[in-house]
Amino acid sequence: MGRVVITGAGTINPLGVDVAQTYDALKNGRCGIGPLDIRDADRLSIQIGAQVGDYDETAHFNRQQIALYDRFTQFTLLAARQAIAQSELTFAGALADQSGVILGTSGGGLTTQDENYRVVYEDGKNRVHPFIVPKLMNNAAVSQVSMEFNLRGPSFTVATACASSNHAMGQAFNMVRSGMAKAMLTGGSEAMLCFGGIKAWEGLRVMSRDACRPFSATRNGMVQGEGAGVFVFEDYDHAKARGADILCEVAGFAMSSDASDIVMPSKQGAARAIAGALKDAQIAPEQVGYINAHGTGTGANDKTECAAVADVFGAHADRLMISSTKSMHGHLIGGTGAVELLACIMALRDGVIAPTIGYEEPDPECALDVVPNEARQASVDVTLSNAFAFGGLNAVIALRKA
Amino acid sequence: MTTKDTVIVILAEQAMLEPSDVALDNTLDDLGIDSMALVETIFAIEEAFDISVPFNANNPEDSGFDISSVASIIAAVDQLKAAQT
Repeated sequence: MGRVVITGAGTINPLGVDVAQTYDALKNGRCGIGPLDIRDADRLSIQIGAQVGDYDETAHFNRQQIALYDRFTQFTLLAARQAIAQSELTFAGALADQSGVILGTSGGGLTTQDENYRVVYEDGKNRVHPFIVPKLMNNAAVSQVSMEFNLRGPSFTVATACASSNHAMGQAFNMVRSGMAKAMLTGGSEAMLCFGGIKAWEGLRVMSRDACRPFSATRNGMVQGEGAGVFVFEDYDHAKARGADILCEVAGFAMSSDASDIVMPSKQGAARAIAGALKDAQIAPEQVGYINAHGTGTGANDKTECAAVADVFGAHADRLMISSTKSMHGHLIGGTGAVELLACIMALRDGVIAPTIGYEEPDPECALDVVPNEARQASVDVTLSNAFAFGGLNAVIALRKA
Repeated sequence: MTTKDTVIVILAEQAMLEPSDVALDNTLDDLGIDSMALVETIFAIEEAFDISVPFNANNPEDSGFDISSVASIIAAVDQLKAAQT
């Protein structure tokens, strides 16, 4: 089987409008969570979120495009443009036919649905804009990226709630590794910070009203975010032959299903995915220097995740670093694994481990080095990124220094 | 605005032209209005005149709404206005 490398990265998220701004925020422990600026926020009991601030769609897209691009598609395209520009790839001829797009999202065009349900139910209108369907469908972002960049190979959308991006990137990885594709655009996007999107999450009673404090004994829930992360996964020989700048290697991937509960996480399911990624990458546990945790800041996730890491790594669990950057950018749901992969790449490339901010008090059930509050300089060779979704679907990616 | 002026503004916006560049004998093809832009045009006409346009994108020619030229669209809108008020 071939080797797979990352040759481009792009993002727009609550911490920045590109990778450089995001790294800067991660290194400085800057928080992107704040008061929600959306319609009818006064009717929400949860009034905080991590929004992409000062976003003006008309600065990036014309009227015709806006009629077809939901916010999650817009975020995807902006991130994809950056990733492809960095990779310096042009998709034409055979390369176009052998390259595709696999992206994760959970809500897809939820904002479009929300706005138009409002139009017909609340405003009582009997007519909606003709492009609602092509705008809201979960594969809209994948298709628009494929059209903008002429990616004509395997392309589809993955929806596995909070693990969507990791599952998508795992698929892309295996397609390139197996020779099915030469290059894949992959990652994910989410934009569900609209009234209905937040109202639905409120119902579960898992949301914090003040902050996301993963692993802290004082944690009281998750905070939703929005944005996108997109990467170019490329066949190693192909990248090497054209002299591409290789950001890192995608070393392994594994997934598992808890097959137990629709919302409660399982230590065994998480541990099987983590151990599986190490095995797939042929990496010994001791080689792992940093894990970007799923770390939602809920009571259940964080203690279960720490127990799973302790099980897989044994004594090494106390030596590795594990942080949750959701404390800064919030939980991007279907897009979260993509943005969090940036923290893993930053650790490998820049030797800086992003912190878990908002950490107040140790929790004996989360007794690992969670890099509290301040970033840390450290040279690491291998990083993992965890994602454990509602529905018990787990996906873990392993990256290695190029 | 008259029916004519309003329809021309709608078509011009879809065609990304100035209203003064839209002639009564232009066809949708002349204006570069494709099938996607056509359904947006129909929607905009319905919104602007508060009428329901009998338009089926599967076979636009048999819809009972004559889209063969700018002039025919204006005439069809006037007919619908008269019939639906």
